[in-house]
Amino acid sequence: MAFDEVKTVDFKVVGQRVKRPDGMDKVTGKAKFGADVVAPGMLHAAIVRSPHAHARIVKIDTSKAEALKGVKGVVTRADFAEGLSGGNLDVLENVMAGEKALYDGHAVAAVAAISPLIARDAVKLVEVEYEILPHVTDVDKAMGADAPVIRAGTADKTVPEGMHANVVRYHESGHGDVDAGFVEADLVIEDSFKTEATHQGYIEPHACLASMGEGNGDLWCCTQGHWNVQKLCAAMLGLEQSQLRVTASEIGGGFGGKTAVFIEPVALALSRKTNRPVKLVMSRSEVFRATGPTSSTSMDIKIGMKKDGTITAGQGTFRLQGGAFPGAPMEFTAMCAFAPYNLKHVKQMGFDVLANRPKQAAYRAPGSPMAAFAVESVIDELCKQLGLDPLEVRLKNASAQGTKASFGPTWDRIGLVETLEAAKAHPHYSAPTKPGQGRGISCGFWFNHGGETSVTLALSEDGTAQLSVGTPDIGGSRASMAQMAAEELGIPYENVRTTIADTATLGYNEVSHGSRVTYASGLATIKAARNAVKILCGRAAAKWGIDEDAVVWEDGFAKPSGPNAGEFDPIPIDKLTQSMGRTGGPIVGHFEATPEGAGVSFATHIVDAEVDKETGQTKIVRYTVIQDAGKAINPAYVEGQFQGGAVQGIGWALNEEYIYGEDGRLQNDLFLDYRIPVASDLPMIDTVIVEVPNPGHPYGVRGVGETSICPPLAAIANAVSAAAGVRLKELPMSPPRILAALDKQANG
Amino acid sequence: MVEVNLWSGLRAFADGKDVVEVDAKNVGEVLRGLVELHPGLEDVIEAGVSVAVDGKVIASGLMEEVKPDSEVYLMQQLKGG
Repeated sequence: MAFDEVKTVDFKVVGQRVKRPDGMDKVTGKAKFGADVVAPGMLHAAIVRSPHAHARIVKIDTSKAEALKGVKGVVTRADFAEGLSGGNLDVLENVMAGEKALYDGHAVAAVAAISPLIARDAVKLVEVEYEILPHVTDVDKAMGADAPVIRAGTADKTVPEGMHANVVRYHESGHGDVDAGFVEADLVIEDSFKTEATHQGYIEPHACLASMGEGNGDLWCCTQGHWNVQKLCAAMLGLEQSQLRVTASEIGGGFGGKTAVFIEPVALALSRKTNRPVKLVMSRSEVFRATGPTSSTSMDIKIGMKKDGTITAGQGTFRLQGGAFPGAPMEFTAMCAFAPYNLKHVKQMGFDVLANRPKQAAYRAPGSPMAAFAVESVIDELCKQLGLDPLEVRLKNASAQGTKASFGPTWDRIGLVETLEAAKAHPHYSAPTKPGQGRGISCGFWFNHGGETSVTLALSEDGTAQLSVGTPDIGGSRASMAQMAAEELGIPYENVRTTIADTATLGYNEVSHGSRVTYASGLATIKAARNAVKILCGRAAAKWGIDEDAVVWEDGFAKPSGPNAGEFDPIPIDKLTQSMGRTGGPIVGHFEATPEGAGVSFATHIVDAEVDKETGQTKIVRYTVIQDAGKAINPAYVEGQFQGGAVQGIGWALNEEYIYGEDGRLQNDLFLDYRIPVASDLPMIDTVIVEVPNPGHPYGVRGVGETSICPPLAAIANAVSAAAGVRLKELPMSPPRILAALDKQANG
Repeated sequence: MVEVNLWSGLRAFADGKDVVEVDAKNVGEVLRGLVELHPGLEDVIEAGVSVAVDGKVIASGLMEEVKPDSEVYLMQQLKGG
């Protein structure tokens, strides 16, 4: 990015803690979420789901359901497009089972009726004949020689010969000679770790309303990316993409889990079959059973360290199950594992493994938190055994600009050292812990992403601005976008209204994922505003009869650039927009491109935990998040992202897990049994925003939404292990696991 | 010519090499050059990859410039949550 395009000082609106424009509607119930959308003549749908973890579908008889009064239509796999392949086929297989049900909760048919009650009754009348097959839900067992084959022929060419058919992808990366590195070490620790699958736990269940006409349709849904929904649904329904308009509703959390489709194609198929609008809303149980949790993992880590704290080599093997479909993010687990450290010798291997579980979906920095848990636990143990300060060791080995990343490239400007130094200086790190408490720290890393982005900024006659973006607002982005537009236009924040446009209004926008929105849509907003400013300057230049380049834009006014340009009174934005219809037409700024300068982000977390050795219960008593944001557009929302990542990490570390019975059925498919943290479980999460500007963004923005969940599992595990006096190697560190670890330690 | 570093799991598709030289001026030409020299890489590249050029990760821009002395790494395609 050219130097003169970058602005890093003298912000007037950016950096302010403005109120979010959607806040009042959301707290008063006025905002329309997925389930709030209605249409005249609307039907209600319900889905028939497999009660078996793995079964061949012998026969589906829908006649009794169709005969029920009030039922208007039933769909099965036969009602979707044929001939799909690759990723589209996998998505369709997950949305509606074909020959086999692959996990407990897998959809096999769906019903539309005049009321939700009748739809649910009709579901019970759909008769499905199953041939039950052996199943496997554990990642290590799924790789074993005697494991049932879940989907034969799925493995790609990267998988080494001789592996079980459930291993479908393999990744290996690194550099140097790890064996030589281990020889250089004074201490080498090798250990194994496991983490269970956890759900993103968004409060709003998936919901949509579909309305199909003659070859075209409309869909309203809660999603992180409606262009992606359009593309996938069009493929599954056999439609032209442009004939399906998708509108994103407000979204009650996503965290990656709403980057996929689950019910939207089903509602569209039912609408097409019944010629009526169809609403489909998941129950919480369905969300747990049939949408994407994160992967469960099994990991082996080996790290060597010298007495002075220098890490001589690191090696990791990461096995991830991602349900019955390829896609477990094992390559990210592998690539993120050692990213915080400047290692001469490093090797990481990843395995993507099928199991009879729902198809995993992205969850904030997919794959990275588990890697940090395993690697940072071993580093903590090395520090403990060598009598070294864990923060000083991390500083000594920290990745920095010019060092080589564990996955290959040379780092550009990054801010890990700055987060570690801020942690060292923070009063939390030097505060004494009380008896029964332990302190843990961890670093974490995430790549961040740019992606296809399209934005339009239209000026109104009164000099206010209407900004249309295509990235659903999952974290306060409407406010951040308005701040950036206001900064460029030199107008008050309140004079910009940001709208999430539908798929018929803008060019393609990639999903709100990869912490990309404030970076990419923000960059697009800045560029669109600068384009509008250029037009404004042109109109002023024409009025003054001078060259366009002789006009500058400052604080919402067009001004001559200097004495040589002539003496003219500055013209405010509203004077230029009032006459725009007569001076050349509407003034609109656009940006359509794929920004490729997303800056990576690092974080360091400090945690104090207290463990009750009689009950095994853990309490988090103090928590500090320190993260590089590049530039915080709205510090309050940046802090909120930091806090949210920490809180979800606390749940993942201490309580949350998918529990499967011997029958392969999910045992805890309600929030009553799947316990996410509530406010009373938590201390205030303290935050420190570090700002090391990203050279790839005009204001230096780095994505912040995901990195905050990378360190918590490890930092908490290190704190709990210190408090309990025993190393915890399996998540969640629930009371039974802590008691078992203490018992094992006591009894050798 | 540009030196392209492959992740080590791809050696099996590049005659055991983890560095391949291609004649390329942008990312698209890098990817085309790799497939021409080592057709076994086509499936992996078609499935989606990112390319790190001088430390900047290019997720999809085929027209991004690559210079003869650029540091180029083939990487797994990035996405997020």
